[in-house]
Amino acid sequence: MTAPLGKDLLGLEYLSAEQITMILDTAEPLREISERAIKKVPTLRGATVVNLFFEASTRTRISFEFAEKRMSADTVNVATASSSVSKGETLVDTAKNLEAMRIDMVVIRHASSGAARFLAERIESNVINAGDGTHEHPTQGLLDLLTLRQRFGTLAGKRICICGDVLHSRVARSNIWGLTKLGAEVAVCGPRSLLPNAIEDFGVQVFERIEQAIEWADALNVLRLQLERMTAGYIPSLREYNRVFGVTRERLDRAPRDLLILHPGPMNRGVEIDSEVADGPHSVILDQVTNGVAVRMAVLYLLAGNTPALADAAKGGDR
Amino acid sequence: MPTASTIVLNARALERTVARMADEIVERADGTDGLVLVGIQRRGVQLADRLATVIHSREQVSVPRGSLDITLYRDDLQTVGPRPIVGKTELPWEIDGKTVCIVDDVLYTGRTIRAALDELADFGRPARIMLAVLIDRGGRELPIHADVVGRLIDVPRGGRVDVGVMELDGRDEVTLAITADAE
Repeated sequence: MTAPLGKDLLGLEYLSAEQITMILDTAEPLREISERAIKKVPTLRGATVVNLFFEASTRTRISFEFAEKRMSADTVNVATASSSVSKGETLVDTAKNLEAMRIDMVVIRHASSGAARFLAERIESNVINAGDGTHEHPTQGLLDLLTLRQRFGTLAGKRICICGDVLHSRVARSNIWGLTKLGAEVAVCGPRSLLPNAIEDFGVQVFERIEQAIEWADALNVLRLQLERMTAGYIPSLREYNRVFGVTRERLDRAPRDLLILHPGPMNRGVEIDSEVADGPHSVILDQVTNGVAVRMAVLYLLAGNTPALADAAKGGDR
Repeated sequence: MPTASTIVLNARALERTVARMADEIVERADGTDGLVLVGIQRRGVQLADRLATVIHSREQVSVPRGSLDITLYRDDLQTVGPRPIVGKTELPWEIDGKTVCIVDDVLYTGRTIRAALDELADFGRPARIMLAVLIDRGGRELPIHADVVGRLIDVPRGGRVDVGVMELDGRDEVTLAITADAE
């Protein structure tokens, strides 16, 4: 039997190393389902999952939807633009109305940090955080961990550097929590304007130059530079960013070892990452996408049917 | 509480039983053409390996093997509390038109086999599906029966049959434990 995960998945900060490992161990065999002729198992038959996306998303939403469908759940997508949210309905009202229609799980993406927890504390359904503001994006963190673990065998002692816009990145936060809990060494690299002030408090190293990061690391997780950051004055220009912080083949050629390259997508080719690197032999970017479906299937499987009582039991093992 | 534990099959007996089962499987499948052995996680997988080894020594044919984890097809997932760990399913062979022999260690309620049949159907349409089990302990809750049985024992409800295999348990042995205050 597995250790209970609780009612919700809100962030990797709130999980123990044991719980994270259990999710990864569950995801591993689930990858095979997507290779079958009939890509479906009956596990979540009869369960209804609502994908509540208050923010644009293609990859994450589709990945969740595939995961839900491959586990045989019934799914409903609610996008804010076409819902009552645009008429001013609050988050909780929207969710309570959905619950009145007897749903079982909510996958939520929201621009405000803490939105997933806010919702989880107010509804009975299981809540899965699909990204809340700049807080966490736990399933992305988990799929990064799974991808790295598959390549390295173990994460203990491995050096992972997260590059780019760490300040605005929930992916970075989930990565830092997950990686450090599983024993990896973590560093960040980017312009000071795009690193949080007290980033050292996370227990991570800071590199000011990408060359140093490349020399140190076993893997780089290259974050997307959100283009609107330029107009907001965080960086002088995209060209300059690429020149100073871009992950290029020339830079990787000088590395003492082969580095694994991860990117959560969508990529800005020629800005934070060059095409030659993104499509190169050490890129595991498409593995990440494949693993994303498996990790989300695992989370759905482990959370489904978990009641608040079980969640309390799980809390004992937290932190 | 007191339990009386008896050995049903020791290592030598288990080896003989598996050898006889292998012969019976080949006989019932009319040879090894199109025969695929599919072991159910966990100990069915090791038993399928043993059967394949015996078949190879008798017929000089390597029978394709697969493994099936039926966890995601269980009918009691809503009620079991903490989720059971999911094992590996590996069926790299086309099973359409084949004779698939499901191999498991113990046949009891039949619910595992029901799940296995459902899962196999998602991989294709075998010409025929057989079932080989090392121990048939009775107590069926579904209309399922085994084609090839290693040993038939009638075990009361509170009893437990433990199959040990060298690969996982460090010894080949089948034991029967009956708790004194069994229902």
